[in-house]
Amino acid sequence: MKRGWITFWRIIRTGCVNFVRSLWLALAAMAIMIITLAIILFSVVANATFGHTVDQIANQVDISVFLQDSVSEPEAKSFVSAIQKQGDVARVEYLTKDQAQQEFLDQNGGDSSLESAIVETGNPIPATIHVYPKDLNDISAINQFLVKPEYKKLQTSDSPSYNGDRKQAIDNITHATNILRQVGIVAVAIFAIISVLIIFNTIQMAIFNRRDEIQIMRLLGATTWYIRGPFVVETIIYGVMSAAISTLLINAVFATASGALQATSFGLFDIAYGAEFFQDHYWLLLGSQLGLGVLIGAFSSIIATRRYLKFKTPKR
Amino acid sequence: MILLDRVTKTYNKNLGPAIDRISIHVEPKEFVILVGQSGAGKSTLLRLLTREERPTSGKIVVGGIDYDKLKDHDIPLLRRKIGTVFQDFKLLPNRTVFENVAFALEIVGASKKEIENTVPRVLDIVNLKGKEKRMPQELSGGERQRVAIARAIVRQPKILIADEPTGNLDPKHAWDVIKVLEKINKYGTTVLLTTHNQDIVDKLKRRVITIKNGAIASDKAKASYNSQTTEVASNLKGGKK
Repeated sequence: MKRGWITFWRIIRTGCVNFVRSLWLALAAMAIMIITLAIILFSVVANATFGHTVDQIANQVDISVFLQDSVSEPEAKSFVSAIQKQGDVARVEYLTKDQAQQEFLDQNGGDSSLESAIVETGNPIPATIHVYPKDLNDISAINQFLVKPEYKKLQTSDSPSYNGDRKQAIDNITHATNILRQVGIVAVAIFAIISVLIIFNTIQMAIFNRRDEIQIMRLLGATTWYIRGPFVVETIIYGVMSAAISTLLINAVFATASGALQATSFGLFDIAYGAEFFQDHYWLLLGSQLGLGVLIGAFSSIIATRRYLKFKTPKR
Repeated sequence: MILLDRVTKTYNKNLGPAIDRISIHVEPKEFVILVGQSGAGKSTLLRLLTREERPTSGKIVVGGIDYDKLKDHDIPLLRRKIGTVFQDFKLLPNRTVFENVAFALEIVGASKKEIENTVPRVLDIVNLKGKEKRMPQELSGGERQRVAIARAIVRQPKILIADEPTGNLDPKHAWDVIKVLEKINKYGTTVLLTTHNQDIVDKLKRRVITIKNGAIASDKAKASYNSQTTEVASNLKGGKK
């Protein structure tokens, strides 16, 4: 057991020494690994930001039902509970004439002439029911329900009203997000493959440089892992360093450039949320970057050593 | 200690076997010299013993290990039991004498203390005391070969295989190396030596096995051995050195 530990530490030490010795060789492998990990990290944060923006907008979208002034309070209440029973409805909000007026004033806050005009005309705003659908893309059932004659007669002529513009915006964002996600996945896949290949090449060169030493080790009875271990340690160091650097890099991008990004997103996206998301999940993101870096490094070196160090004696 | 039973190794069926049904039995603590022309099959025989090659047929048992039952992942363990010395030394050029010898112990997980205790003693046996800090390129050929021997015996193997250890050395240094091998044999290690050097074969007066065309041409015990009257002499004349 004691010998096992000594060997374990010796493998790690040899790996570290080899890393320092072949630093220039390592830089190429690390550069590409940093790019790969940075793209992955950026995609994750961007995805969260887009998702957040879509949710925020979607939450504000509703179908507004305007009631005629002649409709009594109990009639309105029973209409509301009938809407609530519809399967596609997420929630319903009922505003009396006074509340609707208040909401209108809040939305157009600060416009005193508008305010006095409303008060003077004796509140022209009708009582309103806000219907929030579960799925913005499927509101036809709700629509059919609302225009049934027995309900339609309770409503004003311009009711129900849809936020058509907002829905269009949401559709656009969702579409853009999906495309970005697909592009992100493809980019990540390509860079991951390139990074594995470059690490492969680096290890192959390291094996070539040290082929005499490896041959001697083998003749002296070194085990497979004693020879392979330092290479794996070396690439794990690549992974750890690349993960740390890429996380810092993306952190810096969100910390310094969120203002610029916000400006280029036409106010559509809540970029500040991206920075916030990054801060909130800092350790989780750093941890998964480290895990991913170690995984890519270890995977490529194990495959490379398996390929270029033949551990088996030829069959008879 | 070493048992080969009708061992055959064929690399290429069209060329015939490199080794053809060779049977050898070496007792513990014996000192055996293998002679034969280049291409006679000596190196193949040694490569079979260190399991760099597998035999096409036949049985090999070394130090109680049956090679038929040996798994690939057990080969390192086998090689740790056999010390090997090569004609081209195979030292690590960027490590000192001490580090080269210590290397063999590091591989098997020896502690630093163990290494610091053992290496100087072994360097003493091969008469390299005081040269611990030299780099291999600062040493003569004979000294380098003695470093290689120190590395081969530092783990106290029961068997030492020396493949042409004097091949690259002048006569004086060659004798230094042979003397060290004799000393190690005296301590109880079985030695298997291949050589082209007729002088060494004559003066050592040990068991000599002559290999010709992949088969044993003669196997003479030391008492009956005389190079002038055996095939060995003629074989050696055709050798590469």
